[in-house]
Order: sequence, then C-alpha cells, then structure tokens
Amino acid sequence: MASGVKPRVKVPKSASAGETVTIKTLISHKMESGQRKDGDGNVIPRSIINRFVVDFNGQNVIDVKLEPAISTNPYFQFDATVPESGAFAFTWYDDDGSVYEDKSEISVG
Amino acid sequence: MQLTRRQSLAIGASAIAALGLSGLPAFASATDDLINEFTGGAEAGAGELSLTAPEIAENGNTVPIEISAPGAVAVAIFADGNPTPPVATVTFGPLNPTHAVSTRIRLAKTQNVVAVAQMEDGSFQMAKSEVKVTIGGCGG
Repeated sequence: MASGVKPRVKVPKSASAGETVTIKTLISHKMESGQRKDGDGNVIPRSIINRFVVDFNGQNVIDVKLEPAISTNPYFQFDATVPESGAFAFTWYDDDGSVYEDKSEISVG
Repeated sequence: MQLTRRQSLAIGASAIAALGLSGLPAFASATDDLINEFTGGAEAGAGELSLTAPEIAENGNTVPIEISAPGAVAVAIFADGNPTPPVATVTFGPLNPTHAVSTRIRLAKTQNVVAVAQMEDGSFQMAKSEVKVTIGGCGG
C-alpha cells in the first residue's frame, strides 16, 4: 500500500547551538498488522512501515524498528541536539519496498 | 530490621521474578524468550529506565506510551499478550540527548508492556507496566 502516505514532521525553525529540540513526526499509513480478516475470512496480508530513521547532517538521532503492534499512522516524539545549522532527514521504510522521505531545515543563530 | 543495600536489591530482584511468573503464561513465555534473545540471557535489573503507559486504555488500537532511558543504547518494547509480542526496537544515535521517545501502540487485551534497555556498559535494565484494555486492538 503506497497510496495516501503522507509524512508530517514538526521541527522548530531555529535554535541556539547545542540546544535540545523536540521533534514530532507522524506518517499516515494504515499499518495493516497481518492479523485482521476480511469479510470472507481471508487474512489481510501484513503491510506496515518496518523502519524509521532520523539523521541530522549525516549523524544519527534515532533509529526505530517497527512491528505490527505500532498503531495506524505511526507517531513518534523524541529530542535531538542541534550542534549547527543543517537539516533533519526523516526516512520511513515500507514493507513493499517504498521509501518515504522528508527534510526539515533548522538554522542556528 | 535494617536492610543492607545488597539485601534490598535481592528482595527487589525476586519481586520482579515473581511478577514475571504471574500474568499470562501462554504469551509470557514467548515474551521471555524474546527478552532473552535481546539480552543474550543476561539478567535485566531495574534502573533509570522508565516506561509510562496509561493504567486503563479505552481503545487498544492507540495506546500512548513513553520510554525514557538515560544512558541506554537501545530499548526493545514488548507486549506480552499480543499475538506477536514485539512492539518496537529503538536505537538512540549520538545526537539524541534525552534517550526518550513517545509513540502509540496496539494492545490486543489487558496485559503487561515490557521495556528492556541495553545500557552503554553492556548491562540491561527492564521496566514493566500493566495496561487494562477495554476494547482490544486486533480487529478480531
């Protein structure tokens, strides 16, 4: 399922050097667990996002391995240190091989 | 009676073991196996690792949880009453100062949510929280 997937991230526009900022991310995805059955009793195959990675200027912030027990529209909130101006790169990996990316610039001043 | 630090630690450890044995045997063993796989059989003690989950969740489809693990490299989260107990494995990078993460998970029924953290020195910590679920989140 690669339709209607829309990543959303919330990152402050600016920060002071070395400041800790809180980042919120959400991606619309139905996270089909592989446990549910359709009307005819057939199991609906698993289709989830299995990995979520956040980097800042090439340095890792967080790397999450997702399982079917993560809710629909996976949401993550976490903190990051901002040593210099740059961009956060967010990457989600889908079971079907799709990769969803988002970027968010932050300026230190 | 005055307890020494060593004695109180031993009592704490046996209390955790007793908690682990009660609960839901069928799935708990699968979860224990997964925890052993993650820790490599090492004993997981209590520590600064904290797992915040609601006591009662009306809707098992979205249960908000929060992990805070100062000094941890990685945290694995398990739900011992789910058809597949693993929930997520979080690895913290060098630019993560607080080692805290919030997310939303699915719980099939009333059960324990367990977080196991691998610390920088190679030791392991464990935190457990029981969540009562009113409506399960497995679409059954």
